[in-house]
Amino acid sequence: MSFAYHKAASVNDAASQAGGDAALLAGGMTLLPAIKLGLSDPRRLVDLADLGELRGITRDGDTLTIGSMTRHADVAASAEVQGAIPALAKLAGGIGDAQVRHRGTIGGSIANNDPAADYPAACLGLGATIVTTSREIAADDFFTGLFETALEEGEIITSVRFPVPEKAAYEKFVQPASRFALVGVFAAQGPAGTRVAVTGAGLSGVYRASDMEAALESDFSADAIDGITVPEDNMAADIHAAADYRAHLVKVIAGRAIAAAAG
Amino acid sequence: MPDTGLDTDLENAEQVVIGNGIGARVRRKEDKRFLTGKGRYADDINRPGQTHAYFVRSQVAHADIKNLDTSAAEKAEGVIAVLTGADVAADELGGLPCGWGIMGKNDVPMHEPPHPILAIGTVRHVGDPIAVVIAETKKQAKAAAQLIDVTLEEKPAVANIRAALADGAPLVHDGAPGNVAFDWEIGDRAAMEEAFANAAHVAEIDIDNNRLIPNAIEPRVAVAEFDTGTGDYTLFVTSQNPHVHRLLIAAFVLHIPEEKFRVVAPDVGGGFGSKIFPYPEESVVTWAAAKLGRPVKWTAERSESFMTDAHGRDHVSHAELALDKDGKFLALKVSTLANLGGYVSAFGGAVPTFLYAPLLAGTYTTPAIYCEVKGVFTHTVPVDAYRGAGRPEATYLLERLVDRAARETGLSQVDIRRKNFIQPDAFPYQTPVASCYDSGDYEATLSSALKKADVDGFEKRKADAALRGKKRGLGFSTYLEACGVAPSAVAGQLGARAGLYESAVVRVHPTGGVTVFTGTHSHGQSHETTFAQLVNDRLGVGLEHIEVVHGDTARIQFGMGTYGSRSLAVGGEALIRAMDKVIEKGKKIAAHLMEASENDIEFEGGSFKVTGTDKETPFGAVAFAAYVPHNYPLETLEPGLEETAFFDPLNFTFPGGCHICEVEVDPATGVTEVVNFTAVDDVGRVINPMIVEGQVHGGVTQGIGQALLEGCVYDDNGQLLTGSYMDYTMPRADNVPSYNVGTELTLCAHNTLGVKGVGEVGAIGSPPAVINAIVDALSDLGVTDVSMPATSQNVWRAIQAAGGAK
Ligand SMILES: Cc1cc2nc3c(=O)[nH]c(=O)nc-3n(C[C@H](O)[C@H](O)[C@H](O)COP(=O)(O)OP(=O)(O)OC[C@H]3O[C@@H](n4cnc5c(N)ncnc54)[C@H](O)[C@@H]3O)c2cc1C
Repeated sequence: MSFAYHKAASVNDAASQAGGDAALLAGGMTLLPAIKLGLSDPRRLVDLADLGELRGITRDGDTLTIGSMTRHADVAASAEVQGAIPALAKLAGGIGDAQVRHRGTIGGSIANNDPAADYPAACLGLGATIVTTSREIAADDFFTGLFETALEEGEIITSVRFPVPEKAAYEKFVQPASRFALVGVFAAQGPAGTRVAVTGAGLSGVYRASDMEAALESDFSADAIDGITVPEDNMAADIHAAADYRAHLVKVIAGRAIAAAAG
Repeated sequence: MPDTGLDTDLENAEQVVIGNGIGARVRRKEDKRFLTGKGRYADDINRPGQTHAYFVRSQVAHADIKNLDTSAAEKAEGVIAVLTGADVAADELGGLPCGWGIMGKNDVPMHEPPHPILAIGTVRHVGDPIAVVIAETKKQAKAAAQLIDVTLEEKPAVANIRAALADGAPLVHDGAPGNVAFDWEIGDRAAMEEAFANAAHVAEIDIDNNRLIPNAIEPRVAVAEFDTGTGDYTLFVTSQNPHVHRLLIAAFVLHIPEEKFRVVAPDVGGGFGSKIFPYPEESVVTWAAAKLGRPVKWTAERSESFMTDAHGRDHVSHAELALDKDGKFLALKVSTLANLGGYVSAFGGAVPTFLYAPLLAGTYTTPAIYCEVKGVFTHTVPVDAYRGAGRPEATYLLERLVDRAARETGLSQVDIRRKNFIQPDAFPYQTPVASCYDSGDYEATLSSALKKADVDGFEKRKADAALRGKKRGLGFSTYLEACGVAPSAVAGQLGARAGLYESAVVRVHPTGGVTVFTGTHSHGQSHETTFAQLVNDRLGVGLEHIEVVHGDTARIQFGMGTYGSRSLAVGGEALIRAMDKVIEKGKKIAAHLMEASENDIEFEGGSFKVTGTDKETPFGAVAFAAYVPHNYPLETLEPGLEETAFFDPLNFTFPGGCHICEVEVDPATGVTEVVNFTAVDDVGRVINPMIVEGQVHGGVTQGIGQALLEGCVYDDNGQLLTGSYMDYTMPRADNVPSYNVGTELTLCAHNTLGVKGVGEVGAIGSPPAVINAIVDALSDLGVTDVSMPATSQNVWRAIQAAGGAK
């Protein structure tokens, strides 16, 4: 456990330093514990902390853009976010605890793609676009598996663009010890269509519940998903929830998210 | 009962008390240093020339050590030594001792296998220490530990009681066939069986008491040094009882003279029992410090705490209660399997036997009780005392069974209890399981709690909850516990290998201040305040002039430390007796100073007075005269004003009370919310109501934690699945409601203060109230049982098993 530390002076500087044996450091809420526990052993840390251009929230018509270094607490408290997508502000306000929310960033959360993290559900549920130093990636193509994303080596997330929905809600059922999502469902209807994104539950991470989406297309109400059975076989299982219980929760929590979004 | 000279009019117990004496809500003296970060904990201690220890631990639950090559680690940067079980054997060190022997059925004693401080040949749980690396820095020690080459031949493991008792199960110790360490019984089996034969109804229950991980906020620490000049050893350690640590480590493990060994337990950040027992690391660093001639420090990492602190509870029981046609209890039969872990910890045998079964009468008149307990070895970390230690297990079993009996017989939860309560005029009350209760009034705590909890308004609250889709339930626990550990002679007959007295020295200074040296130890119990209040009350000395010293064998005479809610009932009594000796001597000095007869001197309001006159000499003047004896009866009286008292209690004390829990369950998800919790306890006389409330709040929170959230899980191979806070659920502020607490007091009959103890009542009384409330909430769905912890998944499964939410 020893590494060189470099505080990036610009996004270009960061990009030139990233990749190989370097790790990007955002809020450090995931990376630093991983280093301490010996789960990650980078030789170099490239700190994004000083890059003001990666921080901030702007609304342009029907698009809300959040810089990758924007902290969870800032998203939760933002009048812009509360006005455009209140469900997103609520989601950010429900991540971890106050300390974590004041350090952790949206870019770090998405890049990490923890299968129980909250933001991936919002990205998928709203049909967001992840903007990086080299391209734009649709959320549908971004989250590729447990702790896996479409990011290439050295690629840095600069911002996330969310289309402002007509209806949206996020419902989180917490794992009691970690308080990450045991099941989290983001349900929305808007420019990106009708979407139901589920985090915490899936065996391969965040996913869209396409059967629910289809049912909601014509009738956006909790009743519309009544007849749907959530299959157990692609559910994660651990000491907190076996697959059958998770599958059950997905349906209950989805129903609540849909009801809340429907208003 | 001895004349206490205290106001026994308890009607007024809740009145505001003026001053800083008994009954006053004095702010904690110790808080200033704790809250401003000035506490001095063992990890804050660093000695010149200090080295650091890091332990290599078993990653598997059961294995033989085939090869252990430390040569690469020994050569690593900064490494001073690597020690292993071979060194322990070569130095002929002893193993960790058991503090309590258990005599089983047919006079078969408990099997006590050796518990080496570094594994010799075999490892028996994940975390069992195999080697220690000592280096200049902690980082170097840890890095070198990676270079140790251990070849373990993994063997099949038994990770829980049921697996350990299965036919042909692998053995944890060859000397314990069937993995049974002892098979013990208490009570009159024939009387019990006869009563069952005449029963109108028998209620039965199968109960698992979930295994808990103690999680004191401060991990265990040991810093040892050896003075090569004098041959003195010093150990700074996270201990609830430094004298006990000294005795056990010196006499049994290291074979060093007790008088050459100083053990210091400075500020300690919580123990909950887990810091009573000697652990391998403390002995290892003390041994290594002498071997290397340099101080050695070890501080547990949090994952080591999860893996190696002694766990609590872990019982599997079956119980049956026989009732007559009116709902009177006739007999109780209990059969319990208790997990001991891989070795018998210091009190591992006592907790599930003597601290458990004698509580099975609870607050009820059940005339015949029989209980048998098997202690079972498993490939898990040892199990020992955890807040309540045995008594929560007994209370949970009994109060769940009473709840079930009420449901089966159609009696209300209140009526079945009232019918069976021991009445206030029945004390002293001899139970059929050894305990003899001295005082109590169970109706008083019950009726007060019923009012406080607004039980009359429950049906309306339940109907309102139903409109919100929630199931609301009410659960009761009219518990009793035993503390004030312990009358030594009784404990000795039961197998205790140590005395359980307590001591106090009261040193009055020439300037009138007082230093109290107590053998108890505060690690959250607030002794610096409570004991100072006792001194203020009795001697009239201002709180700011009273120092309470504890936790250092070099400063404290002798003492047995703090656990079993003993500090006030045993240590406080020693303090009272030492102060009475001070007053007696003070009277002689005052008589001389005022030229009066000693018999005419009375001590009142901090002053010695000549009866019937206005002559008086303040306490401070007497103290001064004792040390500046210019005008002093030196021919007949020694100078100085310092007295010692040792006190050994005549009996345990028996706090009790009524806890009422109200929950709301979301039937769709199984999530339970505790919406109200009422605790009315009889803890004997209250010295500081604020501290008593704090102890109840903390205890109840731990009880709710056990009932709803906490559960240690080992997988079938003995891997600890709940090894961090990511998976082990501690209760947090938002898991509990604002508590509704109160007291209804009766005095303990066999100590001067009339105190019983409050350290554990919250954790003992509350879990059955919570689970009974959940069962009540779900009873119309057909649910009759929910296991602890009642996580949302467990509750949901109970609902599914009963046919699902309707
Ligand atoms: C106690 C605790 C509780 C938590 N609870 C929750 C919770 O309830 N819900 C939840 O969703 N999360 C939770 N988290 C995780 C938290 O949200 C983290 O902050 C987040 O996952 C990572 O963000 P970060 O800014 O700290 O990233 P870092 O830890 O700095 O980095 C994480 C990873 O992302 C990479 N990275 C960071 N920024 C970028 C970027 N701009 N471009 C490309 N790669 C990048 C890093 O190299 C690293 O691999 C919790 C964390 C803690 C410690």
